[in-house]
Amino acid sequence: MHDRRSFLIGSAGAAALALAPRMAFAKAETDRRFVFIIQRGAADGLGTIGAIGDPAFAGARGQLAEDFATGKKLDATFALHPAMTSLGGMYDAKEALFAHAIASPYRDRSHFDGQNVLESGGLGAYQVKDGWMNRMLGVIPSGEAKAIAISATIPLAMRGPHEVTSYAPSALPQASDDLLTRVAALYQGDSQLHGLWSEAMDTRQLTSDLADVSVKNAAATGQLAARLLAPANGARIAMIETGGWDTHAGQRDRLTAQLKGLDAMLASLKTGMGPVWNDTMILVATEFGRTVAVNGTGGTDHGTGSAAMLVGGAVKGGRVVADWPGLGQAALFEGRDLKPTLGLDQFVAGAVAGHYQVDPGKVMATLFPDTKGQNAVGGLSRV
Amino acid sequence: MAATDASIALNRFGLGARPDDGAPDDPKAWLKHQLEAFDPKPAALAAVPPRARVAGELADFYDQQRQLRQMGLGRRQQQQRAAPAPMPPAAPQDMAMAAAATAVPPGTPEPGAKPDADDPLKDARRFVGRQVRDDYAAAVGARINAALSSTAPFADRLTHFWANHFAVSADKLQVIGLSGLLEFEAIRPNLTRTFGDMLNAVERHPAMLLYLDQAVSVGPNSTAGRFAAGRQRPNGRKLGLNENLAREIMELHTLGVRSGYTQVDVTEFARALTGWSVAGIGRGPGARMAGTAGTPGDFVFAERLHEPGERTIIGRKYGQEGEKQAQAVLDTLATSPATAQHLATKLARHFAGDTPPPALVQRLQASFVKTGGDLPSLYRVLIDSPECWVPQPVKFKSPWEWTVSAYRALGMKQVQPLAAVGLLNQLGQPTWKPGSPAGYDDIAASWAGPDALVRRVEASERFATRAGAQIDARALARKLFPATLAPATEQALARAESPGQALALLLVSPEMLRR
Repeated sequence: MHDRRSFLIGSAGAAALALAPRMAFAKAETDRRFVFIIQRGAADGLGTIGAIGDPAFAGARGQLAEDFATGKKLDATFALHPAMTSLGGMYDAKEALFAHAIASPYRDRSHFDGQNVLESGGLGAYQVKDGWMNRMLGVIPSGEAKAIAISATIPLAMRGPHEVTSYAPSALPQASDDLLTRVAALYQGDSQLHGLWSEAMDTRQLTSDLADVSVKNAAATGQLAARLLAPANGARIAMIETGGWDTHAGQRDRLTAQLKGLDAMLASLKTGMGPVWNDTMILVATEFGRTVAVNGTGGTDHGTGSAAMLVGGAVKGGRVVADWPGLGQAALFEGRDLKPTLGLDQFVAGAVAGHYQVDPGKVMATLFPDTKGQNAVGGLSRV
Repeated sequence: MAATDASIALNRFGLGARPDDGAPDDPKAWLKHQLEAFDPKPAALAAVPPRARVAGELADFYDQQRQLRQMGLGRRQQQQRAAPAPMPPAAPQDMAMAAAATAVPPGTPEPGAKPDADDPLKDARRFVGRQVRDDYAAAVGARINAALSSTAPFADRLTHFWANHFAVSADKLQVIGLSGLLEFEAIRPNLTRTFGDMLNAVERHPAMLLYLDQAVSVGPNSTAGRFAAGRQRPNGRKLGLNENLAREIMELHTLGVRSGYTQVDVTEFARALTGWSVAGIGRGPGARMAGTAGTPGDFVFAERLHEPGERTIIGRKYGQEGEKQAQAVLDTLATSPATAQHLATKLARHFAGDTPPPALVQRLQASFVKTGGDLPSLYRVLIDSPECWVPQPVKFKSPWEWTVSAYRALGMKQVQPLAAVGLLNQLGQPTWKPGSPAGYDDIAASWAGPDALVRRVEASERFATRAGAQIDARALARKLFPATLAPATEQALARAESPGQALALLLVSPEMLRR
């Protein structure tokens, strides 16, 4: 009996061992999809996933906290912005996981440098020349290393020795709202250009619903990505760029519109992926967060800790991963920002390692070679 | 924001800085050197379809058209088919055509065998239309690429200035494919000679002769004119004098409007110009009677079209024979004080602002008169005049200027011709298509519009999407506008949410929109 029992255990173990690589192989050839949606411009993590259970939240955030009264409660501490209804459904279906108080190793507040670190996977800006997604292609099963950037050129995160293609609709119909707003600011002190621009924007307001257009564009991008990823002979890895997150003024409406767009993009990805949604993991991340306090123009300024997401049928979702530092004045990073308590590097490495069932240490060392002595976060994917 | 001399040399005199340009140490010397270093035929222009090919395509089409018409195919045939009732008994003329139609030359497409067999004439027209539009796109692409890789951008700016001064518009079939050649063949080689040299080359160029209808002008008392006068033409059209080129030479190319010449002077000049024509591709009976055999597209003097006799133009008698008569008129016009005044004003407007400073105009005019229209002397007056170096921007860039400067700022040296053609259409200034012999306006009011600005912003975002994060707009801005950047622009670039957005903002910054 004893022998037999140990045999059974042994054979079960052997079967599991034998099965794992076969599964990995099978998945490698056909199934796994990985998408990185980058939020350029420093998306406000606290404005996306509100810390409603934190006693300091409402006071620190003022009107920006009000939206969460109707947001979906994620757990005792957190709620999701009400603009993200599709994502809320995915959370219920345990297909969405949020990480909060998270940040890359970058600790200054320049978009350029912050995005460089986020994409290169280095410790500081311009220290690593290629991107972590490109290096990722070298550690995952080779059958899955077919990557495409949904943009006209290949973003830094995907640049490097491994082959990556790119695809984008030839021309975007209209300039993005955020650029239009910044152009307006740029022309503020120039009477001729200011006059012309105001006139142009007045006409534009009359002829189109701006928020509606940007939500439609986001959904269309999600659809396009799904069309490229879903077919058996399609791409396996994609990167999508989003902008407009730099909400220095009038954040309440602008962030709502941005989050509606992101929600529509995720929803159209889910729809478009069809059955392969179950093998899909989407990472959503930004270069850094925004100030906890609201500034004088109803917006927030460049900060540090933010939120990241993993979405998809392959994600072990339905939870918020956070070692919450609190929003009391004393708890803030440099007295103003959400203090990061989780490394984005470890989070990303853990997601990739779990998704592809490859050694987390190897993934960590390849994707983020300079981030020493940190372990990848485990248990993020459904295996 | 006040511009430094280096920035002015690069952006106001030149075509916009490139990231691989250094700021010139001695801006004036740098500009003057370009007048010597200018290459009239740079490598980028090798892509331009040669005149013989463009004109050959047109000549083939006109041959084909003549043949098809003789066979009664084409418009007339279609009208017959469309007629609801049976045709009345064939008139003698129709019978003649039917007879001609039986004598189909070998190799002629059978009616019914072609995609547009209903109207082979239309089909042929579509075919040649495609050919000349391809020629046009190649020439636009070559023009842009020459501007992008130029080592003498001030000189290239001047070629664009003169091409617009001597504007043809690529609207009619004959001119579409030839429009760029006027700039490449008549303007560039004469850029640093005298105005008279350039004028003579331009007025003999097929693009100009065809655009302003000179090629169909017939002297009433010429051999051809007298022959035609004795016959009734079936369509009632008269053969005769066409004053178009004569008028525009006086009004636009030389003296300037209301500078003292009269209608009689225009008509007399038109008589003197008769016979100036184009081989092979002229249209109408005048051209056919001209005996303009030769390589299609070449200038010809057709003696049979020339109005005989002495001409009097603005109080001066021209007793020369044949081709030399109009030549002598051009020589007079080329050095007239009114011409000097006209050109001085336009040049001053281009380099010193929409309202040209009178002192600068006077200086340019004096130089023109003194040197007999020596162009490099004029250019040097511009370089040496303080009015052209005022630190505030003096011009709002036209779409062409903005596009070239944006491409240069992005470090591009080659663009796809069709992409460039499309962009310039969208921005409102299709190349060599001003729609009028007056050319495009050179004042801000014509270009600085709300919608025009939005289009530039949209184009910038597309540029930036393509150039992506490879370019650091903050560093680039300081190179393009050395020590000139306004704090508002610096701040907007530094605060942009992504490298791509910063680049888009730089391309539509006030510094980039003006020069």
